[in-house]
Amino acid sequence: MVPTSYFILLSATLFTLGVLGVLVRRNALVVFMSIELMLNAANLALVAFAQARQSLGGQIIVFFVITVAAAEVAVGLALLVAIFRTKRTTDIDEISTLRG
Amino acid sequence: MELVVFAITAIVAIVGAVAMLLSKNAIHSALFLLLNLGAIAVLYLLLRAPFLFAVQLIVYAGAIIVLFLFVVMLLGAERAEDEQDRIVWQRPLALLMGLLLLGEAAYVFFTRGGGPVPVTAQVNEDFAAPVRISEVLFSTYLLPFEITSVVLLAAIVGVVVLNKQEHREER
Repeated sequence: MVPTSYFILLSATLFTLGVLGVLVRRNALVVFMSIELMLNAANLALVAFAQARQSLGGQIIVFFVITVAAAEVAVGLALLVAIFRTKRTTDIDEISTLRG
Repeated sequence: MELVVFAITAIVAIVGAVAMLLSKNAIHSALFLLLNLGAIAVLYLLLRAPFLFAVQLIVYAGAIIVLFLFVVMLLGAERAEDEQDRIVWQRPLALLMGLLLLGEAAYVFFTRGGGPVPVTAQVNEDFAAPVRISEVLFSTYLLPFEITSVVLLAAIVGVVVLNKQEHREER
């Protein structure tokens, strides 16, 4: 049995890597992928605690988070495609004005 | 034995995440993210969550990554970010803050969080079998389940609306 704290430490590391990705990268798609990485890190922490407490609530939360993340990715990518139609770039430094 | 599997899977997950961040090509990033999501699915299996293992592979690794790859190839976004940052000190500051965050997490982990998590004494290997999940999901959590279907419908409608183009100029 692996101690729960190991899973939590791994989850914190992955979350920090996701935060770094959002802050450092300029390609909008890689920023989206880093956001998904953060969501997965949080899911891992939830499932680890669900196993430690033998509670199903944690796993049900993760089920819903996965579903909502899928919906969020769909809408986010649709937004990106719509922005790309006018701006012709996925570099977020270029999309710095509110004008479409 | 489980510790060995955990160690290998954790290393694969972290390597995948770091490679995703460092890749110049967005397609390589998506594939490294796929590796990372597969590793997390294996970790779910280690945590006695077989249903989530399957859902993670089907939804995350199967649908979301494919969607990312479609959009990357559609937009031709795999090029590297060649130009300089608009704000020159952005990357060093971001790296510093990320390291601070990791340092904070490690500090809390080693001083407060290192102690044993309150574990229920009786460990049932079967507690998250799909049968148990369905018993809870369709009774206690029925309302969030139905609301999720509304969320998905809203997402579909949103995607369709966002992709509507004005055709008036072309006529």
